[in-house]
Amino acid sequence: MKRAFPILAVLTALLLAYAFYEAIWVAPTERTMGDVQRIFYYHVPSAWTAFCLFFTNLIASIVYLVWKSSKADALAVAAAEVGVIFCTVVLVTGPIWARPVWGIWWTWDVRLTSTLVLWLIYMSYLVLRRFSDSSQTPKLAAVLAIFGALDVPLVYFSIWFFRTQHPQPVIGGGGSLDPRMLRVFLINLAVFSLFGAMVCWWRYRLEWLQREVEEVESLESLSGVAQ
Amino acid sequence: MSSLRSITLATLRKDIRLEWRSRDALNSMLFFSLLVVVIFSFSFDPNAEESREIAGGLIWVAFLFAAVVALNQTWARELRNQVLDAYRVSPAPANSLFLAKALGNFILVSLLEAVMAPLFMIFYNLRALGPAWQLIPVGSLGTWALVVNGTFFAAMSLRTRNREIMLPLLLFPISIPAVQSMVEATRIILAGDGSARFWIVLLLTYDVVFTTACLALFETILQAE
Repeated sequence: MKRAFPILAVLTALLLAYAFYEAIWVAPTERTMGDVQRIFYYHVPSAWTAFCLFFTNLIASIVYLVWKSSKADALAVAAAEVGVIFCTVVLVTGPIWARPVWGIWWTWDVRLTSTLVLWLIYMSYLVLRRFSDSSQTPKLAAVLAIFGALDVPLVYFSIWFFRTQHPQPVIGGGGSLDPRMLRVFLINLAVFSLFGAMVCWWRYRLEWLQREVEEVESLESLSGVAQ
Repeated sequence: MSSLRSITLATLRKDIRLEWRSRDALNSMLFFSLLVVVIFSFSFDPNAEESREIAGGLIWVAFLFAAVVALNQTWARELRNQVLDAYRVSPAPANSLFLAKALGNFILVSLLEAVMAPLFMIFYNLRALGPAWQLIPVGSLGTWALVVNGTFFAAMSLRTRNREIMLPLLLFPISIPAVQSMVEATRIILAGDGSARFWIVLLLTYDVVFTTACLALFETILQAE
């Protein structure tokens, strides 16, 4: 397992470089948007990775509540942290693309707004973990993750209804994707998923080791008192 | 079932009696929301025609902030003298404690709204152009949406440092769809601009979903120590 780390890391780095090359040089330039469209190869895979990680967090939280497995809790922390990072990438790359294409940095469109609310919910999850230092933190955090998951469909519905009643800027979408672009997109999607899984696994290992160290330290201090 | 109801009622009666004797939460909430309304009146010209459009937002934001003041005090009373520990070891169902606290907060915030809403109407020269009776279901469903999650998250933030600031940090992101529904429904009713049915149904869904979730998970939170 430990051996696999460096090998996988190098492999991921090589694949990321390859996906970068494909996205910047190989994929054809979009006719109306120009080069700024290439951000799509980062934006959408990051969103996909973030949503997968948040979903992992939810499953791990439920597993923790049912079986009290502290490995599930470590995975929940890792997935939430890495997910927030990928979600931040989505929220930053989106406006960079939107400014030249839509002429505005931000619009309260349903996808943008739900992503923002999701990001806020997971930020509050991380804040809760940071501010709560009792041994019960995992339980509280797992409960909050379930509340957040219940909230997401309601957020989506409310904004969807709200925005379809109001005029909105033209949202890119529909139309067919050039097969060469689709190929590059799929490569990036796969590589980003791998990258996200790698970072999450790393963070999970770190979290797990940290807990082991803390356990050993507290045992040592106890035995020190005994002597 | 009957024990659930009698324990809920007993706890609720105790809380209301305590609150009635001190009136700490109610007075601070009333004064706080009065301040918010007055400050809003300076920030947004209440005489403008647009005030009807934004009044729904202003009034609910004022109530949301005021509700946090009350919610933060929900469990503080039980921490003194280890009352909460006594609850944990008692055979009383955890959910009756939760329901009593949520109902108590509901009554408290509803009282606040009953006092502040007419005042708000006077300050902003408001009158409903749509069906005004609909404000009652919107108000009660919206208040329940705030207090049910608020009571739950207040119990969660008992275990954290910076307890008082933790509650809004947890409550506000989850409450976004509820707040949007209340504000939109109120705006539609005040401006007489179409039907508020979708928002009322959404609020009802929100209430049902989160009341169920709170009742299902409260025991876990109460026993977490």
